[in-house]
Amino acid sequence: MNELRIFIADDEAPARARLKELLADIGGELATMVVGESASGMDVIDRLPGSAAQVLLLDIQMPGMGGIELARHLCVLENAPAVIFVTAHDRHAVEAFELNALDYLMKPVRAERLAAALKKVLTAAPAGRGPRDARDRVARLERAATGAREFFSVAERNRIVLVPVGEVLYLKAELKYVTLRTKAGEHLIEEPLVSIEREFADRFVRVHRNCLVARAAIRGFERIAGGGEEEPHWSVVLDGIDERLPVSRRLWPVVKGVLPEGKE
Amino acid sequence: MSSIRQNPYPEALPDFRNLGVTARALIVVNLLALVAALLAEPDWSAMIDAYVMRAAQFEPPLVASLALLYAGAPWLLRFSYWSGCALVIVVVLVFTAVTHGVLGGFAPASLARTLVLAASTAAVVLAYLRLHTKAYSPALAEARLQALQARIRPHFLFNSLNAVLSLIRRDPKRAERTLEDLADLFRALMSDGRNLVRLADEISLIERYAAIEQLRLGERLRMSWDLDNAPVDAMLPALVLQPLLENAVYHGVEPGTGIGEVLVRIERRGDRVLMRIENPWLEPGAGTRAGNHMALDNIRERLMLFFDDEARLETRREGARYRVDIEIPYRSRAV
Repeated sequence: MNELRIFIADDEAPARARLKELLADIGGELATMVVGESASGMDVIDRLPGSAAQVLLLDIQMPGMGGIELARHLCVLENAPAVIFVTAHDRHAVEAFELNALDYLMKPVRAERLAAALKKVLTAAPAGRGPRDARDRVARLERAATGAREFFSVAERNRIVLVPVGEVLYLKAELKYVTLRTKAGEHLIEEPLVSIEREFADRFVRVHRNCLVARAAIRGFERIAGGGEEEPHWSVVLDGIDERLPVSRRLWPVVKGVLPEGKE
Repeated sequence: MSSIRQNPYPEALPDFRNLGVTARALIVVNLLALVAALLAEPDWSAMIDAYVMRAAQFEPPLVASLALLYAGAPWLLRFSYWSGCALVIVVVLVFTAVTHGVLGGFAPASLARTLVLAASTAAVVLAYLRLHTKAYSPALAEARLQALQARIRPHFLFNSLNAVLSLIRRDPKRAERTLEDLADLFRALMSDGRNLVRLADEISLIERYAAIEQLRLGERLRMSWDLDNAPVDAMLPALVLQPLLENAVYHGVEPGTGIGEVLVRIERRGDRVLMRIENPWLEPGAGTRAGNHMALDNIRERLMLFFDDEARLETRREGARYRVDIEIPYRSRAV
């Protein structure tokens, strides 16, 4: 009963069938069991966490959400599977994707290469579970990504909740976590605010040392008179919520320029 | 890359049935007459008078020659380039002489002088048209090289090979058919993009291509064909439709999460052939691919070379659909 549990994600049915054939072929050498298959990134997000998969064979080019972004979201899982990318891209594209730093197989995949990649997972698995390793992996995926993510991923009871970046009103750093506020509610993510600011420079603006605000959600600014210990300062009024966010004096010159024409 | 022939575009007479060629001949001759009048006359009104006088003399033979060349275009193609040119000049001379006779005393110059002028004008026009064709060929050779690399998307090749591999055990017959389709497709892709092919051949090529994509994408790709009124004997440059269909799948179906319908409609309307390829328009975002318009530019360039200004290629987005329309003059093999 120590078969390696494998999840296959590829939008082309023949490609999934081929991988299953190959896994059966190398069965004598390495026992595996396919615990799930998906044809889209969203489907993987829904079904992979419950499958207890140890390895995900992941196509890079999938409709909806590509493999690279998907792999980043999976990193929030406590028992995230090892990801082996499978791609039809030529060498040139692989270099562009910086996939060299990650495990990847070229389509059409050879049985020997598949077996070698899976064995590597087996030997690396015990050591490769630490949080430091996960961070390292996220950093590499970040470099490999060709653009900003479409979603933030939140781990909730061994399940991944995706929050569309467009729905986020503001992000606020508090101790170890970043609170992510949408109209509907709040989520906690474990990512440094600085890297979010860098990735989404055109979407969010920093209004305070610990706070990024969605440019599109800014409705206006309000002068807070202050009193007691509080100094008078400006604050941001946002669409959809009543909460006011303070703007730091140092950032005010930048922030006040953000308000687009036609908004008051 | 020894398969790429470097010889220049074969010398051929201009296609006298082409509107662009006819228009160019008319413009060049009239411009020459204007320049002659400008040189000969000291002031503007005298210049206009001189031009009108000359026009009476040269327009009839010019129009008559172009009309006869239009009628005799297929017959003219049987001759080599230089004998063809000689024939064109003979035609021009005959019509000029006739006009000179009709005008009689009104003719401003002797018959001999008029004929020499007519012959040199015809030679200038032919030389201009030859330069015009030549100007296109190096650009074409280069465009072909680029196109060769752009057309064969590695992504498509490897995914197709992978799909065939998956079929070999389950459905060997279908695997064989798919490999045959791939072979045909690559034969066509590696052929000379400067050749004309029959529409029937281009259609069978895109059907093979669609069969391979269908295998890969399954029900996500829904092809609909409207080819009942397609003039299968029409001639067109090779590989005009296949890259467009590839684009349609690559940009309109593959990145989408739902079912993508691709429409191919070809019909003849009078002496025009209308070809349309339509695919879903996907909002830019997750998974959509940036295009570089290389295929479109390449196709447009080749259409221009073969049909001059008589061909049209337009792209349009209409709601949730993206459409490419091509219009070319209908020429059957007989011409």
